[in-house]
Amino acid sequence: MNTRLRRLMRPRASRAQLLIALLCALLGFALAVQVRTAGSDGARRNARPEDLARILDDLGARSDRLRSEVDQLRVTRDRLANGTDRSRAALMETQHRAEELGILAGTLPASGPGVLLTISDPQGKVRANVVLDAVEELRDAGAEAMQLAGSRGAAVRIVAATAFQDDPAGGLRIGSGRIAPPYRLTVIGEPATLAPALRIPGGVVDTVAALPGARADIVSAARVTVAALQPVATPRYARPAATPTPG
Amino acid sequence: MIPGVALVLGVVLGLILHPTVPTGLEPYLPIAVVAALDALFGGVRSALDRSFNDKVFVVSFVANVLVAALIVFLGDQLGVGGQLSTAVVVVLGIRIFANAAAIRRHVFGA
Repeated sequence: MNTRLRRLMRPRASRAQLLIALLCALLGFALAVQVRTAGSDGARRNARPEDLARILDDLGARSDRLRSEVDQLRVTRDRLANGTDRSRAALMETQHRAEELGILAGTLPASGPGVLLTISDPQGKVRANVVLDAVEELRDAGAEAMQLAGSRGAAVRIVAATAFQDDPAGGLRIGSGRIAPPYRLTVIGEPATLAPALRIPGGVVDTVAALPGARADIVSAARVTVAALQPVATPRYARPAATPTPG
Repeated sequence: MIPGVALVLGVVLGLILHPTVPTGLEPYLPIAVVAALDALFGGVRSALDRSFNDKVFVVSFVANVLVAALIVFLGDQLGVGGQLSTAVVVVLGIRIFANAAAIRRHVFGA
């Protein structure tokens, strides 16, 4: 048998031999590939049906759990989105309110329809009380923002705390500023209400006209600008109360 | 000698490259491998019987692979692919056993 086996092992090169070699190489290649493929997912392929059923149950339970988690997270996301919307609305509301309060306190410039009241007073007879009367009258008529300018000094924003005084040197002391006639009062409010309030008999216009040489002129405008600002004063003693008292 | 080296070379190549089998070919590869193994064992046996013929070996190798694949394909089309695959493997396994027994008798004389 050994001679035959040896003869078999002897290398012989011919076309047929090469073809056979090629086929054998192909077989080896396919064998290795198949062993790999079968080994990679062999665990599940060879599993018993009850094991597969258990794995399937586990996967189903897991997917149920994940699905409920998805629902929960979606609810949380919606709630957060709602919260964001609400806080954005609150922020806008607050900004709006801050602007309104800024206009009232005189810390923000304002523009809108209104009137221009010019009081010319070449003889210096218009006293602080006349101007204060005019301002009070305008406030009653719904003026929302006012500034007073004169021929000398910067325009002064008129707010609730603005003081009106006669200046011994002539002119007026309005708040911290000094102004001289003629006075120009810029008022934002409904012109159809403001102008009559000044013109009522015995009112501001009449009072000014009664003074020698003085006269008051009213011009309604679709748009006037109150640009003078009151400096922001931080209260030294007053603090916001914790709870607003009702009423 | 050369076929043996080629076989080892093919195994090494398959292990190194480990290509993914195309999905369409996946059911046929194991059957084709078993059929080729059958042809290989038959070839070795005939060589030991001094009746080896190059042409017969090549033709039987290719035909074995093709027929085995064809049977599995037919089984897939008929809906009995799994059973036919088993049948082919059983038949080829019996033949491989018979050839291996003949080779054993030649090599060990028993």
